Amino acid sequence: MNHTQQLLADDPFWLILLKVVVLFGVGVVLTLFMINWERKVVGRMQQRPGPNRTGPGGWLQSLADGLKLAFKEDIMPANADKKIFFIAPVISTIPAFVAFSVIPFGGEVSIFGERTALQLVDLPVGVLVVLACSSIGVYGIVLGGWASGSPYSLLGALRSAAQVISYEIALGLSIVAVVLYSRSMSTADIVEAQGGGWYFWLLVPSFAVFVISMVGETNRAPFDLPEAESELVGGFHTEYSSLKFALFFLAEYVNMVTVSAMATTLFLGGGKIPWLGHLWSGFDNGWFQFLAFIVKVLLFLFLFIWLRGTLPRFRYDQFMRLGWKVLVPVSLLWIMVIFAIRTYRNSSGGSLTVLLITLGIVLLAVLAVAFLVPERRRAAVTVEPASDYPVPPLDLGVPDTPRRTAKRKALAREKRREPAGALTGDPGKETE
Amino acid sequence: MISVLAQAADAGGVVSTGEAVVFWILGPVALASALAMVFARNAVHSALFLVATMLSLAVLYMVQQAPFLGFVQIIVYTGAVMMLFLFVLMLVGRDSSDSVVEVLRGQRVAALLLGVAFALLLVAGVGRAFTDVTPAGLGPAGSTDNLSGIGQLIFTKYLFPFELTSALLITAALGAMVLAFAQRRRTASQGQRVTVIERLRGDRISPLPGPGVFATANSVAVPALLPDGSIAPESLSEIIEGTSVDEQPRPAPDAHALTGPARSEIDQTGRTKVGDE
Repeated sequence: MNHTQQLLADDPFWLILLKVVVLFGVGVVLTLFMINWERKVVGRMQQRPGPNRTGPGGWLQSLADGLKLAFKEDIMPANADKKIFFIAPVISTIPAFVAFSVIPFGGEVSIFGERTALQLVDLPVGVLVVLACSSIGVYGIVLGGWASGSPYSLLGALRSAAQVISYEIALGLSIVAVVLYSRSMSTADIVEAQGGGWYFWLLVPSFAVFVISMVGETNRAPFDLPEAESELVGGFHTEYSSLKFALFFLAEYVNMVTVSAMATTLFLGGGKIPWLGHLWSGFDNGWFQFLAFIVKVLLFLFLFIWLRGTLPRFRYDQFMRLGWKVLVPVSLLWIMVIFAIRTYRNSSGGSLTVLLITLGIVLLAVLAVAFLVPERRRAAVTVEPASDYPVPPLDLGVPDTPRRTAKRKALAREKRREPAGALTGDPGKETE
Repeated sequence: MISVLAQAADAGGVVSTGEAVVFWILGPVALASALAMVFARNAVHSALFLVATMLSLAVLYMVQQAPFLGFVQIIVYTGAVMMLFLFVLMLVGRDSSDSVVEVLRGQRVAALLLGVAFALLLVAGVGRAFTDVTPAGLGPAGSTDNLSGIGQLIFTKYLFPFELTSALLITAALGAMVLAFAQRRRTASQGQRVTVIERLRGDRISPLPGPGVFATANSVAVPALLPDGSIAPESLSEIIEGTSVDEQPRPAPDAHALTGPARSEIDQTGRTKVGDE
C-alpha cells in the first residue's frame, strides 16, 4: 500500500461524497469551458471572432446552448429499438465520469482539517481503469448508432467500433513503457516516480504514440470518422436530439479531458514540476500541484483544438493503416528496445557510458545501411488500353510556352509592378 | 470503494459482509443475464445480456482481491471480443434470422451430446472445488500485491503455457489474414482489357443504376425508378435494406412527380395547341 492509498483509506464518508460531487462538477464545467474555448480558438484560426454575444466575452454561449438542448423536443425515430436507444447515451456518459476517479489531480492536501490526496481512489491497476472505461464507453456509441435504425448511424457506429478497438491496442502498448519504469500501474505511484524528471523526456516514442492514439480513441479530428459530417450527416448521433444528444456531447468532451489527464499523469509528471521544486519548496504544495495539473491538461486540450482547426479528416483506410501498420509495430519495437536497455542496466556492470556508445554505434550502423541500400526501383506500370481505338499518349503533358508569348507575359508583369504609372495618369498605358 | 471491499475480503476463507452483499446482488444478475442471453429473440440483445454477465463477473473478481483479472476481463472480453461480436451482428443486419436448416447432418444431436458432456465435465471439475479445496486469500500469499504476483507467476512458473497460448493466438490471426488476403489476390491484377471484355460478355454492360436518380430524392435509402415507374432492384443496397425493421409508409412510386400533371393531360394540351396553329 503506498502513501496515497493510506491517505485515501481513512477518508470520512462526507469527504468521499464531496470529492465525487467536485469531480462531476469539474467534468461538466471543463466541458462547458472547452466547447466555448474550442469555438473561439477555431474562430481565431479562421480569421473570425467566434461566439461573443452571450455573457461576458461570449463565455456563456455553451451554457445557453446546453439549456436550450434540454428544452428541445425529444424525437424517437419510428425504426428505433426503444430501450437501447434510450440507454445508449447513458452507457457512453457514465464510464467517462467513472474514469475521472483514478486521476491524481494533486498531492497531499488538508480539506477541513482532514489530510487527504486530491484523488478519489488509487487502485493498484489505476491505468487499466481508464482503458476499461473507454472500452465500455464505446458501447454507448455503437449501440446508439445501431438502435437508431438509420444507415448513417449504423455506419458511424461500425466505424467507431473498429476505430476504438484498433487504437486502444496502440494506447495500451504505449502505456507499457511507463509502467515498466514506474514499477506500478497505480496513477499516484506513476506521478510519484516522476519526481526526478518527466517520462516525456525518457520515453518520447511512447508519448508520441499515446498522443496520436488518444486522439483516435476520442473520435476527434482528424480521426472523427464516426461522425464525419460530409459523409454520414452526424454519424452515430444523427437521430439523437435533446438531452440524449447532450449526453453524447458531454461524454465526448469528458473523454477528451480524461485522456488529456492520463497523458499528463503518464508523461508530464501529473502535478509535479521537478525543476520548479528546486527553486522554492512551496511548489510541492498539493494545491499548487492541482493548479499545475489543470494547466497541463489545458495544454493537451488546446492541442485537440489545434488539430481540429488545422488538419483535414483522414480517409478510413489511411486511418487504419496508421493504426495497425505504424503505431502498433513502432510501439512493439520500442518496448523491445526498452526491455533490452533495462535488462542491460539492471545486470551487473551495466554502465551508462558503454550503453550510450553502443546505442550510438547501432544508430550509425542503421543510418549507414539506410544510405547504402539503393532506393527501391518501382517497375514501370504497363497500362494496356481497354480497346484498339487510338488513345492520347499516357505521358501527355502541358506543352512548353512558346517564346514570344512568354516574352509578352513577362512585359505585362513588369508593367503591373509599376505603381507610379497608375497614379500619374496616362490612361492609355493601363489599357494596353 | 473497490479497494475497501478487497481489503474486507482479506481474510482467507471467511466471507466478509461486503463480499457477501456484492455476491448476492451480482450473482443473480449474472445468472439472469446469462439466461436472458439464451432466450432473447434479438441477436444484439443477447449479446448485450452476455456483456452484462461478463461485467458482473468482472466486479466479482475485483471484490475477490483480483483487480487485475477484473479489469482485464472488462478490457479484453467486454471491450474487444464482445465488440467484435456486435460488429459482425450489426453488419449482418438486425432482423436476419438464423436459418433452421441443418448444414451438417446430425449437427443438432452432436451439439446436444457435446454440450451435455461439457456441462458434466464443468460440474465435476468445479464441484470438487466446493468440497475439497480450502480457499486462501490472494493478497498476502507470496508476493506484495496481486498485480506483481500475477506478473511473476506468468513470467516464471507458467512461462511455457503462456507462450504456447500466445503462439496459438498468433497462428490463428495469421491464418485469418492468409484466408482473407488469398481471395483478394486473385482479382487484384486484372487489366483494363480483361475487365472490359468481361463486362461486354456479362449480362449487364452499363453500370448499376444509382439510388434515387430517377426518383424525387437522391438519398441512398430511396431506390431508383425504371422508366415505367417500377423500382429498379439493382439500385437497392442490401445492407441498408437489411437494417430497417418496419417498412416506413413510403409514397407509391410516381415517375411524373417532378413534372406535375399526369402524362395524359400534357398530351391533351399539346394537341390542342397544335390544332390552334
